[in-house]
Amino acid sequence: MKGLKLSRVLTYVGAVLMALWILVPIWLIAVSAFSTRQGIFDFPKALLPNPFSADTMSFFLGATNVLPSAGRSVVVAIITIVISSVIGAPAGYALARFNFRGRDVFRLVIVSTRAFPIVILSIPIAVAYIQLGINDNVFSLALMHCALALPFTVLVTSSVFAGVPRDLEEAAETLGCSPLQAFMRVVLPLALPGLAAATLFTFVLSWNEVFASVILTSRNRTLPALLVAQLDESPLNYKYAGGFFLLAPSMVFMLFIRKYLFTLWGRVSR
Amino acid sequence: MTTRRTNLTPYLLVAPALVFMAIFFAYPMVEAFGLAFRDNDTGALTLSYFQKMVSDVQFQPALTTTLLLIVILIPIQFAVALAMALLVNAKLKGASLFLYIYAIPLAVSELAAGIVWFNIFTNNGFLNSLLVQSGLIERPFLFLSYQNQGWLILAVVLAEAWRATSIIMVILVSGLQSIPSDYLEAAEVFGADQFRKITKVILPLLRPSLQVALILRTILAFQVFGVALAVAGTGISLLAGEAYKWYYTIRNPNVAAAYASVILILSIASTVVFLVGLRSKNGEAL
Repeated sequence: MKGLKLSRVLTYVGAVLMALWILVPIWLIAVSAFSTRQGIFDFPKALLPNPFSADTMSFFLGATNVLPSAGRSVVVAIITIVISSVIGAPAGYALARFNFRGRDVFRLVIVSTRAFPIVILSIPIAVAYIQLGINDNVFSLALMHCALALPFTVLVTSSVFAGVPRDLEEAAETLGCSPLQAFMRVVLPLALPGLAAATLFTFVLSWNEVFASVILTSRNRTLPALLVAQLDESPLNYKYAGGFFLLAPSMVFMLFIRKYLFTLWGRVSR
Repeated sequence: MTTRRTNLTPYLLVAPALVFMAIFFAYPMVEAFGLAFRDNDTGALTLSYFQKMVSDVQFQPALTTTLLLIVILIPIQFAVALAMALLVNAKLKGASLFLYIYAIPLAVSELAAGIVWFNIFTNNGFLNSLLVQSGLIERPFLFLSYQNQGWLILAVVLAEAWRATSIIMVILVSGLQSIPSDYLEAAEVFGADQFRKITKVILPLLRPSLQVALILRTILAFQVFGVALAVAGTGISLLAGEAYKWYYTIRNPNVAAAYASVILILSIASTVVFLVGLRSKNGEAL
């Protein structure tokens, strides 16, 4: 009995240690991002910002191009969400509701493109964009991000739609709705929370993406592209504030999307 | 479906996604080889870009460092991810909070993760602060100097392990949840301790999940880019970083595409190795 309790305690200790492994680095970047310029160059460092200051963040946000780039990142993410939903959600619905020939093959293709190396995709696409004269704009970059987001959109929407009872849809049709009306009035409202999570996930994917962004843009940088392109010459306070600014939304988003993590990455063996 | 005739609806619903994937997956994949192996002007097959890549002074280090990174990184990640997954699955109080915390890095950009760890390893960073304050060293050690390749790689490994272990954890947790509890109870009845339960029951049943995680993780590790650039700058060269450099700085898309095709070939090769090497004895697929 005593041994059982001890192993329970050890399990908690292990769980807390693992949590610290994740949280301490985040804490430290927050400390740097909310220190003064002087505090950042101080040595040795303290584990609390001393004094706490918004100077570093406001220096970063006030720097040339930062806010426009952040705005562009948001725009790219929103276009990515719209396109990947318009293209991906119907495919997800088809996977959830229809048993068509080629369904398993399609599913396999989707599952196996989840980890497709963006490095390989972006170089040929960049060359094609330049030939077509559509490089360096938010819309073209969003299309590239869609390629990353689409597999996830299809998988999430398919599981979301599969969670809406088919009976409800059929009942609506019996009561005189067209299939489209039944979808709009019955399925969509029920699927909305899941779809919102898929949307957030796509947002994170696009907001975080570095390689394609820096390859496909030159003047119209997104925030990660701007930060990467200036990495060599940027001062420490700019770097830390930028890192924190990029990271901060992810902690909030994870609160909303964690329920769907297993849909995205789990149950892969089916 | 029961009495439906061949229904066109699902195909119409799937078509846009298929067309999009043909343009943004199939075309670039083929074209990567086109750029790498066809002469820009004449269109004839050529090895000149490939040779240019191989004879570049950074090619050998980039290839070796990328492979070294993967060899060190992946065992660490799987050990940590398995520990996290077992902890999440151990029915602790607050398990969902732990899951949330362990999953946070999944949403963290590789660039941000790189900066987070740069903040720790840089000359006046937190690691040096700790070491100096505790009296272990007198002056800050230059972990991220070009001369200390070992430390540079280790810093990148830690940053990447921190960032990209969550995804493995999630795959393993969902694998664990699909293991019927009868199996574990049976093992207990026959007197298996915790260690034996893990090695004799859990790990074998987890093989499909491990295989998927291994494939995904290895493919993604071949394209480590933002993390390495933020932590080590130009201090170490990796394949993805070289592709970026050739495209962006040197402005030679052909050599960049040659790097891309090397990454593609390595990704495919490692996938095949894991598919064959980890095949279950009765030959079932994924």
